[in-house]
Amino acid sequence: MPSVQPSETAPATEPILRVRNLDIDYDTAAGPVRAVESFNLDVGRGEFVGVVGESGCGKSTMLFGIAQLLTPPARISGGTVEFNGADLVTMTQRELSATRWQSLSVVMQSAMNAMNPVKQLAAQYEDVMRAHGERSAKVIRDRSVEVLRLVGIDKEHLASYPHQLSGGMRQRAMIAMALLFTPDLVIMDEPTSALDVVAQRSLMIQIKELQQRLGFAVIFVTHDMSLVSHFSDRLVVMYAAKAVEIGPTRDVFADPGHPYTRGLLDAFPSIKGPRVPLTGIPGSPPNLLHPPTGCRFAPRCPHRFEACDTPPPLFDTGSTLAACHLHEPARVEVLR
Amino acid sequence: MTTTPMNEAAPLLQARHLTRHFKVGGAIARKSLHAVDDVSFTIGSREIVALVGESGSGKSTIARLLARVYKPTSGEIYYQGRPLSGIRARRDVLAYRSDVPMVFQDPFASLNPAYRVSHGIMRGLALHRPDVPRTARRAEAERIVAQLGLDGVGDVLDRYPYELSGGQRQRVGFAQALAYQPRLIIADEPVSMLDVSVRIGLLNLMAKLRDEEGVSLLYITHDIASARYIADRIMVMYAGHLVESGPVDTVLQAPKHPYTQMLVGAVPDPRAPLSASLATDRAEPPRVIDPAPGCRFRQRCPLAVDACGHVTPDLVELAPRHSAACHVAAAAAGVGELAVSARGSA
Amino acid sequence: MTATVLAGTTGSAEAPRRSPRLGGLLTAISSNRKAMVGAVLLLVFTVLALAPQLFTSYHDPDAHAYDVGLPPSSSHWLGTTAFGQDIYAQLIYGTRQSLVIAVVVGGLATVVSVLIGVSAAYLGGISDHVLSAVTDIFLVVPTFPLIIVIAAYAGKGNLLVMMGVLVLTGWSYGARQLRAQALSLRNRDFLQSARVRGERRSYIIVFEMLPTMSSLILANFLGSALYAVLTAAGLQFIGLGDNSAMSWGTMLHWAQNNGALQTGQPLWVVAPGLCVALLGASFALLNYAFDEISNPALRPVRRTRAQRSAV
Repeated sequence: MPSVQPSETAPATEPILRVRNLDIDYDTAAGPVRAVESFNLDVGRGEFVGVVGESGCGKSTMLFGIAQLLTPPARISGGTVEFNGADLVTMTQRELSATRWQSLSVVMQSAMNAMNPVKQLAAQYEDVMRAHGERSAKVIRDRSVEVLRLVGIDKEHLASYPHQLSGGMRQRAMIAMALLFTPDLVIMDEPTSALDVVAQRSLMIQIKELQQRLGFAVIFVTHDMSLVSHFSDRLVVMYAAKAVEIGPTRDVFADPGHPYTRGLLDAFPSIKGPRVPLTGIPGSPPNLLHPPTGCRFAPRCPHRFEACDTPPPLFDTGSTLAACHLHEPARVEVLR
Repeated sequence: MTTTPMNEAAPLLQARHLTRHFKVGGAIARKSLHAVDDVSFTIGSREIVALVGESGSGKSTIARLLARVYKPTSGEIYYQGRPLSGIRARRDVLAYRSDVPMVFQDPFASLNPAYRVSHGIMRGLALHRPDVPRTARRAEAERIVAQLGLDGVGDVLDRYPYELSGGQRQRVGFAQALAYQPRLIIADEPVSMLDVSVRIGLLNLMAKLRDEEGVSLLYITHDIASARYIADRIMVMYAGHLVESGPVDTVLQAPKHPYTQMLVGAVPDPRAPLSASLATDRAEPPRVIDPAPGCRFRQRCPLAVDACGHVTPDLVELAPRHSAACHVAAAAAGVGELAVSARGSA
Repeated sequence: MTATVLAGTTGSAEAPRRSPRLGGLLTAISSNRKAMVGAVLLLVFTVLALAPQLFTSYHDPDAHAYDVGLPPSSSHWLGTTAFGQDIYAQLIYGTRQSLVIAVVVGGLATVVSVLIGVSAAYLGGISDHVLSAVTDIFLVVPTFPLIIVIAAYAGKGNLLVMMGVLVLTGWSYGARQLRAQALSLRNRDFLQSARVRGERRSYIIVFEMLPTMSSLILANFLGSALYAVLTAAGLQFIGLGDNSAMSWGTMLHWAQNNGALQTGQPLWVVAPGLCVALLGASFALLNYAFDEISNPALRPVRRTRAQRSAV
């Protein structure tokens, strides 16, 4: 079994994705709602980046924004997404098609919804390959068998329909589909949330193995922090449309800089160890139609003080980057 | 979390050999889906019992059997000693429903969107609380929602479901159940669809209901960590069978059934290092259609022996109040036929 | 995606306290231009039907009181018929019957659709099979020939018989639709919750299910009303209505009988025909509002001027 030790460093490899100041708005009858604000992220070659947050924080919207898959009423209203040197936001549909799947592919949350229910797997893989220029039936067949082998599915299932496969197998078939052209970056939107805990774990291990073997980068969006804890190199925590903490996974877990991250970590009861009463995070996320002018987490934060009336930038806490005034270099107290 | 000792005297609810099958397949090839097979358990007063299993294990079917949504194919449920099948008269049925209400999983679908939030609570009071006259119902409803921590939301009773968050809606679901002054609340995955930071609040609420109101809860979930957080006892289901049962810490720290061991090993715990020793199990729980006798876990079980393929293991007590349905575990504890034959041949 | 983004907006004190049914209805209509046009038209016709005497000074449109075949003039805004009746007055007084037919037939057909469709879905099993079979039979029978046969035999000239026939042929399509929607609702948790609460089945169907289907039921009513208007006009046109009654359809009948178009009296045909079309259109336009209620994806997003200039 290959090593699943996460690498410690932040993108030491050269970045293949550079997201800068990405803004995404939803147009509603009551006015535009900014679902993602000033989002910045670099993803290095072969890096596994986890993005965690609760519902409404903007993580899935951000992911779809990167992949240029947003549909009205959602739209990118600012920022750039530089992938392998070219800005995806300003590309035409034709240019995007050339990039899609060859270099950047997507794994959705529910295979049952994302796959064609009336086509066998072989036909679906063939569709994908032909759509991106592959003509030879032999190459298509060989590649389909190869990707299935990579994810551990017997090639006889090329003749199966999605509903004939179990949930875990379907998700793996989707991942196989995403790997048909060995992309540089695979983005995944909660691919394990429809699975049970045992299947989840085995799928995560599988994804990590493939990633290390084939060398593609992954952006993995989930609401379950503990799921990515053993697999991601770096972690981004999102709250109310903003990234509030970024850092190496181990550091985010061991020494979270942002009170929200700390609150999230504390909301997971553990199986081992003594049973301690937990409190969760009281209150609820802000209304994005009229977001608070200062730090968005301040209304729920146990550590709020006067400086929190201005929105905090990301400060370096020494281990991670956290958007919290408690880490302003001028301040003496450090959050413990 | 304080744990109150289980009431050993008279169980509040007892299920004996509970079985539920569903007919599947076309009119010609009728097959039988065994959702629940031969499940027996008890629930006492003032305790939270967690029923844990993956999808397809039968835990939701058990909930619906207890809530009288389905009738058992065979077996019986006894409430305070009386068999449910004997409860026919509408008055008695209402009395049972008043004692054993259910809270549902999906906060976005469990409240009727066409009515204000007070609707379910007021109907519940009308049907199940003759002691509260019509004029006093509103005050009683307000008292209940305050108890559930919803008094911070202004005029919560007059709001529509779409105006509340998921966590608030689930609290309303509990308010509806609490309005009946129940003895046992069946909670079918009440926090699975809520955000992580909101779950703890609901779980604490459930523990408070046990401690302060003396209500028992059957907490159905696939999340073992949350089960451990509030439950006194835990029962594990697999493919329609009850495979392990006992005090929550005993079962989770020292599980006897291989499936429980696998489940516990698969739970991601960020504070613990990844245990790479676990074999990567790819199989998933079977859909049990016209099954043969034998342990249903045998295909995935690392410890399976010959007997596992022929004889369905019974749930037997292998340690004080800790039972498991596994031939190998039973033999290891010196209980059951395998152990007897092993001793005999030694 | 929109749902989770806007999830953060719940619980705020600024959220308007509106019933998802009634208030939503009025807003949906007023914010939709097509529906507003339909609503205005319907309002105009309703007023005409209620108080026709306010809109014309000729209070006996049936009387052959004037010179025949007059063209439009200041005393006869639309001219006169071949019998010397004022066309405009006939039009005004004829509104009442057409509107009554639309509303009564539409309403009754909807009631029958709801009863049969929703019960079939909720009861399931044998009841569903039987009710669905009945629905399908009525659905498949060719309506117009059936109507002609029944009306010709059972009561030529009898308004009640005609309305009964229209209801009988008009309910089945709606019943199918309502059954489909009720089926999708049947296993929703809030209905199970009502069942576990101990409510009787009849209560659940009427008080828990129907309120959540109100927009589809209302849309059904509008569709049935439209069907009634057009089909009644058609029946009256071929002479199966009450030929001595005052309605647009009978106007069309007499106009046709007297060759109005050929003899240079086009208004005698055009005016009532246009009214039939407009009344039908008002129902169809109102229906647009309901499409948007039930399917938010159809709602147009109105960008404010500020947004447009900023981009």
